[in-house]
Amino acid sequence: MTVSPSHLESVKAASHFLRGGIVEGLADPVTGAIDDDDGKLLKFHGSYQQDDRDLREERRQQKLEPAFSFMIRARLPGGVLTPAQWLGFDAIAREHANGTLRITSRQTFQWHGVIKRKLKPTIAAINATLIDTLAACGDVNRTVVSSANPLQSSAHRMASDWAARLSEHLLPNTRAYHEIWLDGEKVVDTAQESEPLYGPTYLPRKFKIGLAIPPTNDIDVFAQDLGLIAIIENGQLLGFNVAVGGGMGATHGDPTTWPRLGDVIGFVPPDRLLELATTVITVQRDFGNRAERQYARLKYTIEHRGLAWFTAELERRLGFPLEPARPFAFDTNGDRYGWIQGDDGHWHLTLHIAAGRVADTPGQPWLTGLREIARMHRGEFRLTCNQNLIIAGVASDQRARIDALVAHHALDGYLTQSGIRRHALACVALPTCGLAMAEAERYLPDVLSKLEAQLARHGLTDAPIGLRLSGCPNGCSRPYLGEIALVGRAPGRYDLRLGADFSGQRLNRLLRQNIDEATILETLEPLFGRYARERTTGEAFGDFLLRSDLLPSEAPRTIPATVIA
Amino acid sequence: MPALPAPSFAPLPGDASADILRLLEGLDAPTLWWVSGYAAALAHSAGPPRTVALLPQRDAGAQERVTIIYGSQTGNARRVAERLAQAVERAGLAVRLIRADAYPQRELKTERLLYIVISTQGEGDPPDDARGLVDFIAGKRAPTLPDLKFAVLGLGDSSYPLFCAIGRRLDARLVELGAQRMVAAGEADVDVETIAEPWIDAALAQARDALTTALPRANVTPLHPHAAPAEWSRENPFAAELLVNQRITARDSSRAVHHFELSLEGSGLTYEPGDALGVWPTNASALVDSVIQALRLDGDEPVACAGETHSVRTWLGSRRELTKLSRPFIAAHAARSRADDLNRLLAPDRSTDLAGLLASHQVIDLLHAFPAAWTAGELVAALRPLAPRLYSIASSRKAVGDEVHLTVADIGWDAFGISHAGAASSFLASRGDGARVPVFVEPNERFRVPADGSTDVIMIGPGTGVAPFRGFVQERRETAARGRNWLLFGNRHSQSDFLYQTEWQAALRDGSLHRLDLAFSRDEAIAQIPRTRKTYVQDRLRENGRSLFEWLDNGAHLYVCGDATRMAKDVHAALVDVFSTHGGLDGESAEARLSDLIQQGRYARDVY
Repeated sequence: MTVSPSHLESVKAASHFLRGGIVEGLADPVTGAIDDDDGKLLKFHGSYQQDDRDLREERRQQKLEPAFSFMIRARLPGGVLTPAQWLGFDAIAREHANGTLRITSRQTFQWHGVIKRKLKPTIAAINATLIDTLAACGDVNRTVVSSANPLQSSAHRMASDWAARLSEHLLPNTRAYHEIWLDGEKVVDTAQESEPLYGPTYLPRKFKIGLAIPPTNDIDVFAQDLGLIAIIENGQLLGFNVAVGGGMGATHGDPTTWPRLGDVIGFVPPDRLLELATTVITVQRDFGNRAERQYARLKYTIEHRGLAWFTAELERRLGFPLEPARPFAFDTNGDRYGWIQGDDGHWHLTLHIAAGRVADTPGQPWLTGLREIARMHRGEFRLTCNQNLIIAGVASDQRARIDALVAHHALDGYLTQSGIRRHALACVALPTCGLAMAEAERYLPDVLSKLEAQLARHGLTDAPIGLRLSGCPNGCSRPYLGEIALVGRAPGRYDLRLGADFSGQRLNRLLRQNIDEATILETLEPLFGRYARERTTGEAFGDFLLRSDLLPSEAPRTIPATVIA
Repeated sequence: MPALPAPSFAPLPGDASADILRLLEGLDAPTLWWVSGYAAALAHSAGPPRTVALLPQRDAGAQERVTIIYGSQTGNARRVAERLAQAVERAGLAVRLIRADAYPQRELKTERLLYIVISTQGEGDPPDDARGLVDFIAGKRAPTLPDLKFAVLGLGDSSYPLFCAIGRRLDARLVELGAQRMVAAGEADVDVETIAEPWIDAALAQARDALTTALPRANVTPLHPHAAPAEWSRENPFAAELLVNQRITARDSSRAVHHFELSLEGSGLTYEPGDALGVWPTNASALVDSVIQALRLDGDEPVACAGETHSVRTWLGSRRELTKLSRPFIAAHAARSRADDLNRLLAPDRSTDLAGLLASHQVIDLLHAFPAAWTAGELVAALRPLAPRLYSIASSRKAVGDEVHLTVADIGWDAFGISHAGAASSFLASRGDGARVPVFVEPNERFRVPADGSTDVIMIGPGTGVAPFRGFVQERRETAARGRNWLLFGNRHSQSDFLYQTEWQAALRDGSLHRLDLAFSRDEAIAQIPRTRKTYVQDRLRENGRSLFEWLDNGAHLYVCGDATRMAKDVHAALVDVFSTHGGLDGESAEARLSDLIQQGRYARDVY
C-alpha cells in the first residue's frame, strides 16, 4: 500500500537545497516569526522557532503575536570546546540570547530567546568562534556524540576525533548555510548543486550517531540511530561494534510508536567506519517512511522490514559482511563527579550542572563563574550527554585555583548533592519548547527537593538513582532509560515509568499514567521503603524493582498497518 | 462631502438660486444645518413673504452681516465660533459662519465686521484648516482694511511656550492693515470657556452696536440628519459603559498603551472614522487627597464658585485641573509663596524655562516645592476648570456597531519623589469593565476617509497616532473600498510596542491593508548592524519616496496623526524631500505642492 509523501517532503524538495524563503522571512518586519515551511528548513541550519508559551495568552489579548524567538544549537561533535570558544559562546548568550547557555542531552550548547532580527548576527558570531550550527537539527545526521569519560584520556581523544570526522563526513553539501548566514557567495544556479549523500529531500527524519567507550555508556549508545561501541585492547582501537535502530520518541496513547534500543549487528574496523555510517544512512534514506513522520526514524524501518533484512541490505551495499560483534560491558550511564586524573596525567573536573542550564541565578552565578574559569583555563571544556560539564586537561598546579573559582561561584554542588540530584536529567520543555505538555527543567528543582525528602526518610540520600524528567513523550532527556522517569502529559501531570537499569541497556516500564505530583510521590513512597530494606549490596533501584517483580509487564507493540514501499 | 445634484430651486426667481448656491458654497455641515433651521423658522412665522438678510445683495451683505471665521484643529475653536454665531443670530443679526479654508480670501477687503476664532498648535503653528488664510493675511498680498472692524479670539494651551501665538499674530496684523479692533484679543487656555464666554459677550455687544440694519427676527428650528438627534454634548456627556480595558503593549514595554471599547448603545451618538471622542476624567482620589493634605484643607468643606457649591473634594476631583498647570495659577501661587525663583520664571524672557516647568510639574509639585497658604475657596477660584480630553477614535461603526474604541497611552512618570499620571489616561486605565465614562463626540470633518472609495490612502501614524487608521482600515474594509491602504507605523520596540500587530497582520492577509512600513526606533541598536541611528517613520517615507510620490501623483490622500511637536514636523520635512527628490521640485515648490494638497483636503493632519 503506498501513501503520498508528507508535506515536509515536498517542502524539502522545493527548497533549493534548504534555502526556501528563509532570507525573505528574516527580512519581514511585520512578524517576529518566519513562515511555517521555512521554519522547517531553518532546523537544518541549526535553529528552531519557538515562542514564550507563558506569554501566549497574555499577548493574544494584547493584540500582539506570540513572543517569537529562536533556539540555536551548535554542532559540537564530541562536545569539546576551547576556553576561547567558551568565552565566545558566553558573550553570545549575554548579547544576543537570554543570558544563558544550555548544555543539551546531546553534548552541545543551545542558546534560547534569540529574536529574529538577531538570528543572522548570532549565527555569524557562533561561526566566528569556528563552530557552526549546520545540521544541528533537521532531517540529517545531527551532531555526533561521544563518551566524555575523563579516565581514559587517550581513548576519549580518539573517540572525539572520530565523532568530529563522522560529523564532517556526513554534513550536507549545500552552500545555503554560507549564503544565508555568512554572506557567502551566492550560488548562481542551485540546479548545479547536489547532495551526493542525502539527495534533494535529505533523510526521512533526524538521525543520531553516538560513540561510547566501555565501560561508560554516558551517551546512551542504544538510544542512537547508529550506536558505535569502541573496542579497545591494550590502548589500541580495534574498531567498533555497530548498534542500529535506537530511538526514544513515542506518542502518548499510540501503541504503534515506542522507544527502542539499538540492536548490535556486528563490528567494523576503524578504516571502514565512515563507509559504514554512510551506508547505514543511505539505507535509511531509501527505505525510511516519508509519508508518516512519526514512523520515519530508522527504528521503525528496522521494525517494519526486520533486522535481518536491514543487515542484509546494509552488507549488500557495503559489499562485505560485518564481522561478529566483540564482547563489551557497560557499568554505568552516569557521570563521575569531581577530580579525576586521566591516563595522560592531566586532571579533569566534572561539575554537575542542573538540567544543563548555565546561568547567573541568585546565589548561583554559574555563567560568571565559568567565564572566570575560561579566562584562566589552559585545557579544554567537555560537555557530557548527562548535561554536565568537564573542565578537562588541567595541570596539577592549577587545580587549587579552579577549585577556588568553582567554590566561589557555587559550582561545587557535586560535593554535597544527593544521589538522585547528581543523576537527574531534564529537557527544556516550558516555556520555549513547542512540544512540551508539562514542565520539565523548571519543575526539576521542585520535584527533586520532594523526592530528596522522601529518600532521606529511608536513608537513601546517597543512593545513586537515575531520574529523567521530560515535558513530552519525544524523549530529549531519554526518559525511557531512567530508573525513575516522569513523562509529561498535561500541566502538572505525568506518566510514571520505572525500572530501567543504570547503564542504558534496559528500558523502563509504564507504572502509572497521567498522575499528579501527590500521586507520584505516594506511588514511589512504598517502593523507596522496600528498596531501602530489601536491596542487595550495590543493587540499583531499577534492578531491584524488576527483581522484586514490582513492575507490570510491558504492553505489546503494534506495528502500523501501513508500510511504505 | 459628496456633490449633490444641481438644484432647480423651483419656487425661486432666476438669480436667487444662484445666490443661494454661492452662499452655501464652502459651508460646513453644522452651518448648513443651522441655515436650514433658520429657514424653517422663517417659514413657520406667519406673514407675507419678505426679503430676508440671509439672501442679501452681494455688496450690501458685507455691511449688514457678521462674518465669523474659525480655524480649528481639535474642534474647540469651531465650537466657540458656533456659539458666537448662535448668540449673534439670537440677537437678530445676520451672520456667516465659515471654516478658514472655505473662506474666499478675495472677500476680505469687503468685510465690515469680522470675528476670527483660531487655535494655535504645537509650537506656534496654525491649525491645518487655517494655514492658507493665515499666510494670506500675514503675507504681502493682504489688502489694506480701513473699513474693517474685527476681533480675534485665540485658543491655545498655556503649557506650551508660544501660547495663542497665531491669535496674537492675526490680531496685530489686522491692526497693521488698518482694521479697527473692537474687542481686545482673547487668549483662551485649555479651559476655553473661562476666556471665551466673556469674549463672546463683548463681541456680541460690539456686533449689536456696529450693525445698524435691523433684521427680521427668526428663531432657529433644530433640524438634524437623523431622526433622533444626539442630546449628548460636551456639556452634557453620555455615560458610556466601558466594555474592554486592555493593555496592548507587552509587559516589558516601557509604555502602557491601552485599548478601550466603550458602548454608545442607546445614546444616539454617532461618529465617523477620524472623529475624536471627548472624555471627561475624574482626578485620582489619591491626588485630590494629597492636594488637600498639602494645604491642610478640609475635604468636606463646601465651596461656592461660579454659582455652584460643592465640597472641596468634589471641586478638585471633577471640576478642576490638577494635572496641568497654567501660567495664571503659577503667577497666583508665586505671589502667595513669595518664591523668587518662581516669580522670576514669569518674566517675558524666561518663556522657555516656564514651558519646562509647565511640562514637568503638576499642581501638587508646585505646592510641595513652594509652600504657600491657600483657602479652599481661593484655590478653587484660581485653578483652571477641568477640561475634557480628546482622543482620536480607533474604530468604524460599520465594523463595531454601537461601540467606540480608543487607543490611549497611560502617561505616567516619577518625579520629585512621587508618581505622576495624566488625568484622563490614568482615569481610563484604572476603570474596570462596566464602569461608566462620560463622553461626547467631537467631529473632525477634515480627517475623513476619501468619499471616493477608489482613492488610495497613505496613513502615517506612529505611536498612538495609529488610532484613527484602525478606524480607517475598518471603514474601508466594510465599505469594500477599492483604493489601496498604506500604513506607516513606528514605535520603540517591535516585540513590545507594535500596537494592534495581530490586526494589521490579519488586514494584510485579507487584503484590507496593502502595505505596512514599520520603524521601531529602539530595535535597530544591534552592535553588529552598522546602522546605529534610530529609525522613525519619516525615514521610511524617504526610503520609499518613489512609491510615495507615485501614490500621491495617482491621487492618494495622505493622513498624519500623532505628535505635533516633532513627528508631524519631521514627516512634513520628509514629504518636502520626497517631492524635491522624486518630483524635481525645489524646496519652495515642494512646499507649495503640499499646501495645495492641504487645500484640496488630500493632506490632513490630526496632531496634538
